[in-house]
Amino acid sequence: MATTSTDQPGPVDVTTGPAEGGPRRPVRRASDEGAGAARSPWRTAVRYAILVLLALLFISPLVFMIVTSFKTRAGAAGIPPEWIPNPFTTQAYESILSASGTPVLRWFANSLIAALSNAAIVVVTSAMAAYALARMQFRGRGLVFGLIIATLFVPPVILIIPNYLIVGELGWLNTLAAVIVPTAASAFGVFFLRQFFLSIPEELEEAARLDGANPWTIFTRLVLPLSRPALATLGLLALLTNWNDFLWPVYVLFSPELQTLPAGLSTLQSANAVRYDLLMAGAVIASVPVLILFVFLQRFIIEGVSRSGLKG
Amino acid sequence: MSQTRVAAPGDTVDAVRRDQRASRRGVAKHGKVTPWLFLLPYLVLFIGFVLLPIVLGLWISLHRWDYTLPGKPFVGLENYQDLFDSGSGIYSIFWNSMKATGIFTVASVPLLLVLPLLVALVMNRKFPGRNLFRAVYFAPYVLGVAVVGVLWRYLLDANIGLVNHYLGALGLPGDTAWLTSTPAVWVALVGVTVWWTMGYNSVIYLAALQDIPKELYEAARVDGASRWQQFVNVTFPGLRPVLAFITMITIIASANMFGQSYLMTQGGPGRETRTAIYQIAETGLRNFSMGDAAAMSYVLTAFLMVLSVLVFWLFRERRS
Repeated sequence: MATTSTDQPGPVDVTTGPAEGGPRRPVRRASDEGAGAARSPWRTAVRYAILVLLALLFISPLVFMIVTSFKTRAGAAGIPPEWIPNPFTTQAYESILSASGTPVLRWFANSLIAALSNAAIVVVTSAMAAYALARMQFRGRGLVFGLIIATLFVPPVILIIPNYLIVGELGWLNTLAAVIVPTAASAFGVFFLRQFFLSIPEELEEAARLDGANPWTIFTRLVLPLSRPALATLGLLALLTNWNDFLWPVYVLFSPELQTLPAGLSTLQSANAVRYDLLMAGAVIASVPVLILFVFLQRFIIEGVSRSGLKG
Repeated sequence: MSQTRVAAPGDTVDAVRRDQRASRRGVAKHGKVTPWLFLLPYLVLFIGFVLLPIVLGLWISLHRWDYTLPGKPFVGLENYQDLFDSGSGIYSIFWNSMKATGIFTVASVPLLLVLPLLVALVMNRKFPGRNLFRAVYFAPYVLGVAVVGVLWRYLLDANIGLVNHYLGALGLPGDTAWLTSTPAVWVALVGVTVWWTMGYNSVIYLAALQDIPKELYEAARVDGASRWQQFVNVTFPGLRPVLAFITMITIIASANMFGQSYLMTQGGPGRETRTAIYQIAETGLRNFSMGDAAAMSYVLTAFLMVLSVLVFWLFRERRS
């Protein structure tokens, strides 16, 4: 395990913490001549040129996807490719939203239900388990935690065949339960929240206990409210993962009206091989919710991902 | 990091703590059953959909397990023997898919380890717009493989795709069949995967870089260490634990590559890019030869476990 795991995600003091990149204290800045010389206007320009070029590489495909979704069929297949739709049209959206074989709105609703339910189950079950593992002493604690952590490195491929059978036994094939429940046992969730709970000062819980509060009250009234940012981070990551999950929905959801958006996109592609106007409209519909979430809540998402590394 | 950091519990707690100097009396008292009640919901899911399947998969792999047929006779290790017997029908199918997974993993993992590190090193410094750039590089990752696959199949289209158009405009060959010819198809699959997931590894690297104490760099500078020496003696050792972690998760992710192939090439040309996990899903969940498919997934997992041991051995702490 990483040496950093004991002090993260602890209360890092923003003003003196080790979290920021550049030199901060005046003392350091004075002794930072070497780097200071490196920061000539010329080098700054080169740095920004590289950064902007790279940013274009990452962003332009997304822009082109959106642009194409507003083109006509001929426009989407036109050479040379145009960055402004001419004529501008919403035909592609109207067309896929009304096609009966590819019920995009239904997929959207399915994805939303699945992702929200999955995220809720992940947060609730992980938080309860993590609290027991962080704060309670009982025989078998080490074993349970060890087993959960060990599965962080189990390749998911090993679960596909047996879980198909289990889901089949439960009568969940071709239902949303198949894409909500089996992926909800999140080893990362337990690990992440346990670390967070460990960083909460125990005195608070102790005081509440002396006031006669039972473990459940302490957990729901004290610990969970203090952990809101961590719970939000975990919930968002679970939401994104489930929204984007691909292999499993492709194989366990067969009816067109029961698919989630990613599986649906695959169906859409089979039905309209080279109708790129339609395909890009479908891709935009699948991307817009997560892109909006990302734009507004990126600090939680990026924070969650960077923590996952510190936990290694 | 300060701008993106999740508010730590200490922020609100510190104030309360000041006038609540409760003495530490150890872990709160609770009944013997309480911890298990807290664990119960998670353990039901964990046992039912993680632990049980791992064992059940092994059991299935010892049977001729056709999902659609009533009888599922026990065949011992026959499914495994078939995978290693060049005379069996499944031998070439399986090892071709393992080869595809191998090619993809070997080609993508080094790029996904080095390029994000370079990006993180450039970003590991305060400059205006840093958080914006970081978000932009990370953005493709939130899209998911289905959108990425559908989008890049369009962009890489040999005739009307953006990629060939701009390559042509730059005076390079503009007629490469990115999705239907080897080795171009591997360049395409690896390139798209790097585009898609590079931001993820960058963010992990960046967090790790920022955890390396600044004092170490200062000390190195005082000793007259060059930038390269600082990287070798301060940055690299500081990154070692995270490097092991990133290497591991990147190998596992690459070895499980499915969506890119499924959507962009349908495993083609021929079966060239049909990866092991793709083959396992098709064998087990389309043709319902679950015994074969389960055996295949155990062989693939065994390979990955050997690799993990190797990775951890490579990145172990060397005490001098």
